[in-house]
Order: sequence, then C-alpha cells, then structure tokens
Amino acid sequence: MLDTPQLAEPSPERAPEPTPPSSVIGWLGQALFRVYQALMAAIELLINPLERWLGARRMAYFFLLPNMLIFGIFVLFPMLLNFFYSGTAGTRLMPQDRTWVGLDNYETIFDCANFLDPNSCAEDMFWRAAQNTTVFVVFQVGGMVLMALLTAVILNREIVARGFFRSVFFYPVLLSPVVVGLIWKWILQRFGLLNGLISGVGGEPVQWLLERDWATFWVILISIWAQMGFYTLILLAGLQAIPGVLYEASEIDGAGAWQRFRFITLPLLMPTMFVVLVLALIRAVQVFDQVFVLTGGGPGTATKYMVQYIYETGFAAQIPRRGLASAASVLLGGVLMLFTLVQLWLGRKSEAT
Amino acid sequence: MTTIRNFLIRKRGGRRMDITDVLSYLYLAAGTLVMFGPVLWVALSSFKTQGQLIEFPPRLLPYAQETVEIEGYDEPLPLYLVTIDGEERVLAQIRRVGIEAQMIDPEKLPANPTQPTDEERIRVPIDAREPIERLSLAWENYTEPLEKFRFGTYLKNSVIVTIVATLITLVINSMAAFALSKYQFKGRDAIFVLIIATLMIPISVILVPVFLVITQLNMNNTLWGVIIPGAATPTGVFLLRQYMLTIPDELLESARIDGASEWRIYWQIVLPLARPALAVLTIFSVMWRWNDFLWPLIVLNRSELFTLQVGLNSFQGELQIQWHYVLAMTVLTLLPITAVFAFLQRFITTGIATTGLKG
Repeated sequence: MLDTPQLAEPSPERAPEPTPPSSVIGWLGQALFRVYQALMAAIELLINPLERWLGARRMAYFFLLPNMLIFGIFVLFPMLLNFFYSGTAGTRLMPQDRTWVGLDNYETIFDCANFLDPNSCAEDMFWRAAQNTTVFVVFQVGGMVLMALLTAVILNREIVARGFFRSVFFYPVLLSPVVVGLIWKWILQRFGLLNGLISGVGGEPVQWLLERDWATFWVILISIWAQMGFYTLILLAGLQAIPGVLYEASEIDGAGAWQRFRFITLPLLMPTMFVVLVLALIRAVQVFDQVFVLTGGGPGTATKYMVQYIYETGFAAQIPRRGLASAASVLLGGVLMLFTLVQLWLGRKSEAT
Repeated sequence: MTTIRNFLIRKRGGRRMDITDVLSYLYLAAGTLVMFGPVLWVALSSFKTQGQLIEFPPRLLPYAQETVEIEGYDEPLPLYLVTIDGEERVLAQIRRVGIEAQMIDPEKLPANPTQPTDEERIRVPIDAREPIERLSLAWENYTEPLEKFRFGTYLKNSVIVTIVATLITLVINSMAAFALSKYQFKGRDAIFVLIIATLMIPISVILVPVFLVITQLNMNNTLWGVIIPGAATPTGVFLLRQYMLTIPDELLESARIDGASEWRIYWQIVLPLARPALAVLTIFSVMWRWNDFLWPLIVLNRSELFTLQVGLNSFQGELQIQWHYVLAMTVLTLLPITAVFAFLQRFITTGIATTGLKG
C-alpha cells in the first residue's frame, strides 16, 4: 500500500508526512473502481457484438457455456469414461495404452466363494472395505439420526439462547475432515486427554486407536460428532414447520407429552426424516478423509472403507490398478444413484400430497 | 435472590420449570462441552512446549518453568521451590546427579557461581523440590513451522485456491442459473435435469477419469487442477436458479425496453437482486474449498503446491509426529472457518435450514 505514487518520491527537504489511511484506502478504492470500470467496458465491447449476432434470446447459450463446458469436461465426460476404464486393465493412465478386458474387473471383484467371508474372495480387500462400510453406515446413520432428532426436539422447546445452542451443535460441521481427524487423534492417543481422565478416576489407559473394536467405535462416534449438527438444523426446520395449533388441540384432548410426540411430531416429521436419512446415507457411504487421518484405515484393515480402497487401488499403490478402482467406483456410484433415486421419488411423493 | 430465580425459570405462559426443562438444559450443557471441548483442548495444547505435551496426566493450561540468568552459565537455570528443614526457599538448579539435585541460591550468589564451594552448593533429593511455574504461551509452535517448514506456502496455496475457485464458481454458476431461470430455449429442462441428477455424484466416484482429464490438460500438479474440476457445482446452479426464479420478469423486460444489453441485465439487475443467494453460495464454496482434501491429495504431489489440508496430513503422517507443530497448524487451519462462523453463524444456520443444502 505504501507504493502508491504520492508516497513513492517524498520531497527531500521534508520528512514524508504520514498519509492518513483513509486517503490511501480512498485512492486504492478509486483505482480498483477504475480497473473494474475498464474491465466491464472491455467485457461489453466483446459481448455486445456477440449479442447482435446471436440475438437476445439465444444469449442464454452464451451464459450457459462456461459452466456447462467445465461441467461437461470434468463431470459428465469422466462419468462416461469411468465405464470404459472399468473394462480395461494395465497400469498406464492413457486410454489408448490400456487393454480392453471386458467384464474381467467385475469378475475379479465378484470372484467369491462366500460373500460374507472376505478371505474366500479373490479381491479380499474390496469385500473387507465393503463390510466395514456397511457396518459404518448402519451404526453411523442410525446413531446420528437418533441424536440429531433428540437434539432438534430439545432445541425446539422453549429454550433460553436457542440460537447459541443451535450454533454450538453446528460448529463441528464446518471443521475440515483433516482437522477433525487430528483433534481426535490428539485426544485419543496413548497419553491423551481421555486416558488422562480415565487414569484420573483410577482406570486403566486404553490404546483406543490400536484395538479393532475401539477404533471402529471411535470412527463412528467422531463422524457423528462432526456431522450431526447439519442434520439437527434440517430436522429443527421440519419441527418448526409443524403448526402449533395441533399441539394445543391435543393438549385440550388430554394427550400426554409422549403421545403428542408419537402421534403428532413423528408422523409430521417423517418427510424431513426421510430426506435426512438419505442425505446421511449418501455421505456415510463415502466416508474417507477424517478416518484416513485418524487411523489410516487401521489397525490392520479395521477402518478401511470403500473410498480409501478406491484411492489406494487406483492411486496410492505401487502398481496402481486403475481398472479395478474404476470398477469399484462404478459400483459405489450405482449405490449412490440408488439412494438419490429413492430421495427424488420420496420428494415427488411429498410434493404430491 | 428469588426474583432472579423466578426470572431465570419463568416461561412463556407463566409456567414453571419442570423436570424435562432441567434435563433439556443438562443435555445442552453437556452438548456444549462435547462440541466445543475437543477444539478448545487442542487450542490450549497448541500453546504448550514439547516437554509439556508429553506430560501425563495432562494439565489444562500451558505452563513454563521460571528460570533465572546467572553469570557463567550459558543457559538460564530452572527455579525450584525447595523445602529444607521446614523452611521454603527458592533455588536455582545447576545440575542433577541421579536422585540428587544440586542447587544454588540466586539471592546469595556464590563468589564464583560456576564453582560453588561445598557450603554454597545445596544438595536436595529430587522429590523435595517443586518446579516454579507460570502461565506461558509457546508461540514458537506457530512461528517455527511457518519458517522452517513450508506452512507459509501451504497457507498461501489454500488462500489462492479458496479465493480463485470461489470467484469462478460464483461467476459461472450465476451465469448458468440466469440462463436457466430467465430464458426459454430448447433443451433447457434437459440441462437442468442433468445438473440435478449429478447433485449427489461426488468426485470420489469419478476419481480415475477426472485424473486422466487433468493429466491430458497438463493441469496435474498445478493449483488450476485443484480449482477447475469442482468449479461448476450443481449445488450452486440449483441454489441460484431457485432464487432467481423469484425475481419478477417484468423488471428484465422494462430494462430491455430501455435498451439494456443482456449482459447488463445479468450484471446490473439480476446479480444485485440475487445477493442473498450469492452470499450463501460464497460461504458454502469457501467452506468446501478450504476444507477440501481428497482431490488436492491426488492432484498435488509436489510439496510446494500442497494446500494446508494436504500439508497438515503429510506432516502428521511422519513416523515421529511433531505434535507441538501439528497442533499449532491445526489451530491455524481451523481459525479462518471459525472466524467466519463466529460472525455469520445466524446467517449460515438459517441459510442451511432454509435451503437444506451442503455438498
């Protein structure tokens, strides 16, 4: 900011007078405004001939172009390419260097004597990851929806400082998965806060992240901690949309608190619950980053999930098997698509009623 | 007292607090502790010295031992509170031999402090002394990684990615939303359905082919490779389109009659009116980009290009985790998001509750 022309060459006789910050900011603002004006003029100079040529109506295509170009190149085209990849083998990246193997990758994945026992599968890592992901999804989504519902119901009561508490539960949602992973890694380590508290009351310290069952437990709990605030907000909005008259009427009819919850709140909250459930399912199936930071998939393979399997198979491994990774992600995409369709279908249904 | 009590427990309609209210507040208090506690604990820990971090059981606040500079010693000497014959004295430790510490009195310094005589040298069993401590913040945890390691670069990369990506997203998403909400043209509904259909398809499902596209375009190992692929967010287009639908078409028509170009209508009428939706998208985009991990992890292999999240992960993945640095850099990483949240929390929470969106 000091390199402004007025300040660059102070007269030699006098010490340069400190310019009041307002004038520097004012000058800078003015300069920025000039640049902005010039930029706008330049854009119009380019676009107005285009408009004359296309006609006002077809300018829509111009407005769509940048977004659809990026969308097409980086989302739609890769989605199609993914199917091609899943039918090829080799370690090379370029499509022309890859050999077409048809459904071999899928056959490798589904080459299993018993689908419930990963050891009997040719690609045992995939099935371990699938099994871990299923356990994670069931407990994380189940636990989180219950916790979010409880929190939303409590926040919907006549509570002092409701806005504050709403924010409190939402705060972890904003933290990055890497930060969440590190925060809990620090708390759960051998000499961490939790073991300190436990030994403070005379208990035995536990290696939380080095025992399979404890690691799974904490991964699920932490992911509930990090995400439940988001679903609480949606459920709270759903609760607040329930007309208060219904509760007043039921109170006159002598309904108790539990009956009111069971016969008014729950049924009327069901559409919101379904949305929450599907959104949570879609997120949970993709669990990766915070677990990757927290446990690295360990101990052993106890917390290795599907996206980590894809990442490691396709990128991190010494010999990347990108065809296999693509086949796995096509399957994962299929599951996500299924959930999305269910949500769209439910959305239609609730709109219709 | 009773008036205060009545004020605190009174409720609308003159009802008194009952057991469910008490349980609710207990739950909320516990929730506050569980939600904020871990972050607060990391923030406190990040100011502890390396030596303090391995203390077990850990203490709440960061302390440092009081020291005293004495001529002849290169390092300041640690001060201890020592009980000798029922009398408490403050002594400086010059060395420790097994279970015995050798001390001198900094008030009555020996003539030659480095060679005290046997009377001046006070021998104390190590469990009869207690370190004198004061609260002290180890700022070097923050400054050293920024100088010695590449955290300054990571920070810069993260800021660049977040700002540039958010600007691009805002411009191209709002342009597309404008086209989809304010024009009638062939294929409009098909394009909208296409965008909606991919709303739930995350990048983790198309990692390999997007990586190929990036490599073909020579964007591998560049910040552009991180910025561009996620710029055309379906969420943003959807959010802005829904909002722009509420802007009356008459406004645009009258501007057209006045001879405004389509670009002018977009830039000077529609965009300013869509400001609330743009603000929500800005917050979302900043959050997504600042916190993004898997995609930068794949695109960026050279450490001078790492974003904070990738840098932090590679730093904590080392065999000997340097927790004093990792914790400080974790706090540095969560600080901007926390600041944004502190100022805009009402806005964010109501924004999400009404749109029901998050990527």
